[in-house]
Amino acid sequence: MSNQKIEVPAIGMGPLLRFSWRQLTSMRTALILLLMLGIAAIPGSLIPQRGQNPMKVQELFTQSPGLAKFYDALSLFDVYASPWFSAIYILLFLSLIGCVLPRSFEHFKAARALPPATPKNLNLMEHFATWSGEGNELDLAQKWFRRNRFRVKVDGNSLSAEKGFLRETGNLLFHLALIMVLFGVSFGALFGMKGDAIVNVGETFVNTTTSYDSISLGRLSNESSLAPFTITVNKFVAKYNAITSAPEDYTLNVTSKNSPESRENQNVIKVNSPLGFGSTNVYLQANGYSPIVTVRDKSNAIVFQGPVPFLPQDSNLTSIGAIKVPDMQPQIGFVASFLPTAARDKVKGGISAFPELLDPALLLSVWRGDLGLDRGIPQSVYRINTSKMEQIGLQSLKPGEIYTFADGSISFDGITPWVNLQIVRDPGKSFALVGSVLAIAGLLASLFGRRRRIWIRVTAQGKVEVAGLAKNAVAGLASEIETFVSAIRGKSEGAL
Amino acid sequence: MDNTSWAYLSNYLIYSAMAVFTLAFFAHAFETAWAVRTPSIATEKSEGNLLVKTFDFERTARTARIATAFMILGFLLLFSGVVARGISAHRVPWGNMYEFSITGAMAFTGAYLLALRKNDLRWLGLIVATAVLLTLGTAVTVLYRPSAPLVPALKSTWLVIHVSAAIVSGGVFLLANTIAATYLLLDRMEQRGGRNAWAKRLPTLEVLDQLCYRLVAFVFPLWTFAVIAGAIWAEHAWGRYWGWDPKETWAFITWVCYAAYLHARVTAGWRGRKAAWLCLLAGSTFLFNYVYVNIWGTGKHTYSGL
Ligand code: HEM
Repeated sequence: MSNQKIEVPAIGMGPLLRFSWRQLTSMRTALILLLMLGIAAIPGSLIPQRGQNPMKVQELFTQSPGLAKFYDALSLFDVYASPWFSAIYILLFLSLIGCVLPRSFEHFKAARALPPATPKNLNLMEHFATWSGEGNELDLAQKWFRRNRFRVKVDGNSLSAEKGFLRETGNLLFHLALIMVLFGVSFGALFGMKGDAIVNVGETFVNTTTSYDSISLGRLSNESSLAPFTITVNKFVAKYNAITSAPEDYTLNVTSKNSPESRENQNVIKVNSPLGFGSTNVYLQANGYSPIVTVRDKSNAIVFQGPVPFLPQDSNLTSIGAIKVPDMQPQIGFVASFLPTAARDKVKGGISAFPELLDPALLLSVWRGDLGLDRGIPQSVYRINTSKMEQIGLQSLKPGEIYTFADGSISFDGITPWVNLQIVRDPGKSFALVGSVLAIAGLLASLFGRRRRIWIRVTAQGKVEVAGLAKNAVAGLASEIETFVSAIRGKSEGAL
Repeated sequence: MDNTSWAYLSNYLIYSAMAVFTLAFFAHAFETAWAVRTPSIATEKSEGNLLVKTFDFERTARTARIATAFMILGFLLLFSGVVARGISAHRVPWGNMYEFSITGAMAFTGAYLLALRKNDLRWLGLIVATAVLLTLGTAVTVLYRPSAPLVPALKSTWLVIHVSAAIVSGGVFLLANTIAATYLLLDRMEQRGGRNAWAKRLPTLEVLDQLCYRLVAFVFPLWTFAVIAGAIWAEHAWGRYWGWDPKETWAFITWVCYAAYLHARVTAGWRGRKAAWLCLLAGSTFLFNYVYVNIWGTGKHTYSGL
């Protein structure tokens, strides 16, 4: 903030540090760091990010490995956690602290001190008025200032009044509140957690790490800090527009328990209204269908049974999935599509024409061979690597139908919807929220507050002089002085 | 009246507004042309070797008043069209990009008309009318979608709060942008030896700079609020208040750029021209967010309906 000339020191660590600190906390540095932060945020919106879109990142690695490796080396897949992005905002906040703390002290002192003495030559000021007075002007001015909440210093035959500390107070509050927001964000990231779980209707979710399909814990958070709640998914209803297929409403009914011992609660979860357990919230994030199948071997013994979540591919919930039966010899896998409302497309083949279960169909292609599950390479649950398998059958099933193939049979018993629950704990969010509210309050005070001084002096000849000065050249002082002058002149003339 | 009639009424109102804005455009074009070229009634007299032209500004002033009247009428029609659209869909009319665009055009005109109350900005009228016509034209031809209910993620009170704040901010940002652009244009003219006939009647650089600042200072808190309201809504709907989704990222970039602009105005050596460039840059990031991220972007904010 300082505008003094900075002398470059010749030797010594101390002066060098002080020099760097002064540079860092200068207004120009703040401005440039702000711009740099804006620019640094751009690549993350153009290049897929691991945090938001890991599939796209993976895709890029297979499509153009060279480019992907280059991006990765520059942390361009994790821009907002990258060293260079962090460096910019850490420097910015250091600059902010270094700039705002000293100013806060100064402001605190200035707010308690009286206004400075009246300048000698008031007629040099921008807003100046003079007339020959009656003698009681100082008393009237004193009263006017008090009524309008100016702070007044009596200075011989003059008054020096000041108002509008709110502006600087607001500005400091705003900048300090930003530090609080940053604190809230970091605190949440370190002590929070976030995870996803796909739950079929009818099943119960228990909040332990093993129940999650994916979970990420903050660096200073651990597994034992998970709240011990359970959620039983009772019913899920999705309504769609009959013409456009666009979703109109999702409603999820659950039975929840805060801990295994506590009593049951009935709750409704909707897209914009999550279910809360203390600082943990449960969100309804996505949904789809799980066909329920039973697979039997040649001896008619059940080798697989249950609902299998399928992954929706379009807005009509054409879904793909895989049923893997590793316990048969040789292993069997079904590469499958599920169509809630079966239709045919000339190019794409079987597709769904509507997201509700109007005419459900399960399209199966049966593969025999090695599923490759024991090779230690993580596999998608929705796909099968058929490179070591041969196709032995192809069939479309309606609910209730059975298909018998060479090695056994599969029956399509029914369908249950699944929902994706997103479970998030963010203990820092209230800090961030309070910080944001304070920041806005500070901004309003700072941008609309006006700091100004008004002086009035009665000279030995009985002449009254009034002048004013507005900091930051804000408008409105001229009319305020006019009101002030007319208040005093009006009174003293009226007293005649 | 049923939903369909309200939807039709809305379309008629929007088309009427376009017709009226076209009239405003022509009125402003005449007014500008008359102010630039010597009008037929102008008197010419010679002073020494110089031919001095005295402009007849009475005619331009009258035309400017007519143009402003058209602008106000256009705004009212547009406003009714937006409201009718909302009634037809039983919700706030901010569900897809067609609706964002008509509301945004309304906010832009509204910002201009409000600013006009305290400042003589009629020289801006031509630019405002052009921009509004282009926006509405794109909206009714490319972006139009039939009136329909909202997808579940948009069903929230926060839609009303967040989107209205964002749209009003957008209208004022764009107005500030046109003023910053004018500043830079005039600044260049003055550097190259003086303003041309059209520019002579425009305010001084100081006035433009101050006006631009006042607009930004007025909406910056509102934009801050819009971003925070969005974060609160995202927390309700998606389980996190900030996820660096492209839309969020660009909202942040816009915010940071305007903060830089506000800093520039109090930093020695950055006032004036550099600040105007910053203002223009910040406004462009807002536009980019609206056009690019809505239509081509990925992420959760893809409500353009395209
Ligand atoms: C996180 C980074 C920062 C942000 C987002 C930010 C934002 C803002 C905004 C929006 C304003 C305008 C509102 C007002 O006039 O009060 C402002 C003003 C100001 N900022 Fe910052 N700022 C940041 C960092 C800094 C730093 C590092 C400094 C010190 C070098 C600083 C010094 C100031 C000063 C002195 C003003 C007052 C300008 C005036 O009198 O109008 N800011 N800041």
